[in-house]
Amino acid sequence: MKRIQLAQGGGGEETTGLIKGLFFKHFSNEILEKMEDAATLHVKGPIAFTTDSFTVSPLFFEGGNIGKLAIAGTVNDLVMAGAKPLYLTCSFMIEEGFLLEELESIVLSMKEEMAKSGVKIVAGDTKVVPKGGVDGLFINTTGIGEIVCEGISAHNLKAGHALIVSNEVGNHGACILAKREELDLEMKLKTDCASLWAPVEALFAAGIKPLALRDATRGGLSAVLNEWAEASKVGLAVSEKAIPVAQEVKGICELLGFEPYEFANEGTMVLCVEAADVEKTLSVLHRFEETEKACYIGTVVGEHAGKVVLETPWGSHRFLEPPKGELLPRIC
Amino acid sequence: MDLIEEFRNPAHVKALAKSIHAEATRPLNIMEVCGGHTHTIMKFGIPQLLPKQIQFVHGPGCPVCIMPKERIDHALALASQEGVILATLGDMIRVPGSMGSLQTLRAEGADIRALYSPLDVLKIAKENPDKTVVFFAIGFETTTPMSASLVKMVLAQNIPNVLFHVNHVLVPEPVEAIMAGGDAKIDAFLGPSHVSVITGSKIYEPIVRAFNTPIVVAGFEPVDVMESILKIVRQFNEGRCEVENQYTRAVSREGNVSAQKLIETYFEQRESFRWRGIGDIPRSALKLKDAYAHLDAEKVFEAVLPKTPIDDHKSCICGKILKGLAKPYECKVFGKACMPSSPMGSCMVSSEGACAAYFKYGKFTHKGVA
Repeated sequence: MKRIQLAQGGGGEETTGLIKGLFFKHFSNEILEKMEDAATLHVKGPIAFTTDSFTVSPLFFEGGNIGKLAIAGTVNDLVMAGAKPLYLTCSFMIEEGFLLEELESIVLSMKEEMAKSGVKIVAGDTKVVPKGGVDGLFINTTGIGEIVCEGISAHNLKAGHALIVSNEVGNHGACILAKREELDLEMKLKTDCASLWAPVEALFAAGIKPLALRDATRGGLSAVLNEWAEASKVGLAVSEKAIPVAQEVKGICELLGFEPYEFANEGTMVLCVEAADVEKTLSVLHRFEETEKACYIGTVVGEHAGKVVLETPWGSHRFLEPPKGELLPRIC
Repeated sequence: MDLIEEFRNPAHVKALAKSIHAEATRPLNIMEVCGGHTHTIMKFGIPQLLPKQIQFVHGPGCPVCIMPKERIDHALALASQEGVILATLGDMIRVPGSMGSLQTLRAEGADIRALYSPLDVLKIAKENPDKTVVFFAIGFETTTPMSASLVKMVLAQNIPNVLFHVNHVLVPEPVEAIMAGGDAKIDAFLGPSHVSVITGSKIYEPIVRAFNTPIVVAGFEPVDVMESILKIVRQFNEGRCEVENQYTRAVSREGNVSAQKLIETYFEQRESFRWRGIGDIPRSALKLKDAYAHLDAEKVFEAVLPKTPIDDHKSCICGKILKGLAKPYECKVFGKACMPSSPMGSCMVSSEGACAAYFKYGKFTHKGVA
C-alpha cells in the first residue's frame, strides 16, 4: 500500500506528481489548472468570505469523513450568510506515512460534496509534515460566495418570531463520540454532515427570507440559541418535546451524561423566520433529504432577555445554558 | 420497553405530581444521596412539580465533590513523575487541588488521559511499555467493580506497568456520619441508583433502623424520582419507616453478588478516609489489600505524595452543602467567584455536584445568580 512521503511535500517533482495525480484529477476546473500563484476570479456584488480548519478524529466515521466535513463546513458558513457558494481554497497538512488510498477516498468525497452546491476549489496548498506533526490529516478550506439574500443576522430576532431546526440534533457529535471511544453500540446512527445550499436556495426561491440562519456546529443547538438570545437581547422559548433527537443520541447522552443540544452538528441549521412563514418554510425544507426532519421548536419572547428557556414535556422550565469546557463523561 | 421514553412519559409524571400534591400532608426534607439524582432533579425541573413543603437536600454522593484536595495533589504529584501516564475518569481532571488541576497540568505537557472505561488502561499500558500507567481510581460502589476487574486483568495478563491509586468510597458510612452528626434536618432519603445495582438495597437497612428515616432506592428518570417521592410521602402517611425499592428494574435486595465478590477479592476498607467538607469518616473508603501492595501507587510512590490535609477556601461552603446544611445559592461565591469555568469548590466542578447542577439548571427558579 502506498503511503505519503515527506518528499511529496517538498515542492519538487514528487509534489507536482501528488497534486496532478490526485488533487487536479478530482478537483479539475479551468481556474485551478492554470496553476498561477493566485486564482483570478470574477464575482459580482457583495461577497461572503470565510475560513475553517478541520482536525477531526477519527478521520472516517459513519456517513462521512474529514473531507466531506471540510467542504460542507465551509459551504454552510457561506450559505448561513445568505450567499451562494462559488469558490474554495483548500490546504492539506498530511502526516508522513498517511495511506494514499485513504487520501484519495477523502478527496473523492470532497468532489462529491462540491457537486451538491456547484462550488469549485480554485487554489490550494499541500504540506507533508514528519510523523507526529499532525494527527493524520488536517484540512483548511476558505470560501467565497455571492450574497443573494442580504440582512440575515443574529441581531434580527424580535418577540413573536419563530424558531426552526432543520434536522435531528446531536447526530454528528454522538457519532464521533461513539467511534472515538469505541463504544461499539448497536446502532445505525450517521453523521448529519451535509451541504445546505440546495434547501436554503429553495427557501430564497420560495420568497422566504430567514431573519437569522446558523449551522449548529460546535456547541450545538444550545450555542446557537444562546448566541442569538444574547445578540438580539431577547428570550427564546423552546419546547423540549418539539426538538428532534434520535433515540440513539438520547441513549448515548444518558449513558455518558451529556445533552444532545450541546453536541456538534455538521449539516443541521437553526432558522429564525416570521411566524407567518413557518408552514411554508417547513414545507420547502421537507422536500430535501438533508432537512426532511425540520421542526418548529419555539418562539422568540419578550421576557428573559439573553436567555433560552426550555419547557420540559411535563410543564416545568429551565434555562438551556450555553455549553462550557470539554465534553467529559459523568461518572455516577 | 423503551428505557428512556417510558420513564419520561409526561402524562405519567403529571399524574404522579397530582398524587403527591393530594397526599403530601407535612413538610419533608428529602436528601438525595447521589449526585446523579441532584442532576436529574435540577435538569428536569422536578422541584417545580412538587408542593413547597417538599424540599430537596443535597447529599455527599458525588465522588468528585467529596475528594479532598490532598488526594488531588496526589494525582498531580503522580502525573508529574517522569515516565508516568496518569489515567482517570471524567470530571476528575477539572477538580482543583492546591496547585491547579490535572487539566492545567496536562496543558503544561503532563501525560494525563480522561477515560470512558477503566479497561482502557490495559490498552494504554500495552502501547506504552516504557511508561508506568497510574490509574487514579475514583467513584462509589458503582465504579469499584470496574477497577477490581482491571486489577484482575492486570494480574491475569501479567502487565508490569500498571499501578492503582485507589479512592473508591462507600455510601452507608457518610450517610451515617451525617445523621449521627445531628445537625442535618433530613426526614427521608432517595437511595442511589447505580450504587444500589451493585450493593443491593440491603445496605440501607441498618440506617433506616438506626435513624428511623425511610430510604427509597430511586432510578434516575423523572418518573422514577416522582414515584419515589410518592412512596416516601405514603410511608409517612401510613406510619411506616422502611427501605423501599422503586428501581426494581435494576436493583435487588442482594445486588450484584459476583461484583461484590470481585471487590472483596482485591479491596478492603481503609481505617479512615477524609471527605472534603465533612472530615474523617471511619471505614468509608477502600484500598488495595496488602497482597497487591506491588500495584499500589500510594506505596510505590509514597516518597513523593504529599501528606498534609488541605482545607477548602474559607469562603467555600461545599462542606455544609455536602452535609445538607445549605443550598448552593446560599454560598456567597456561588455563580460569582465560583463558576463551572473557574470552580473554587468541588461542588461546582463535577456535573453531578449540587452547585454545578444549580448553576446549570436551577437559575430559572432559584435566586442567587445574575
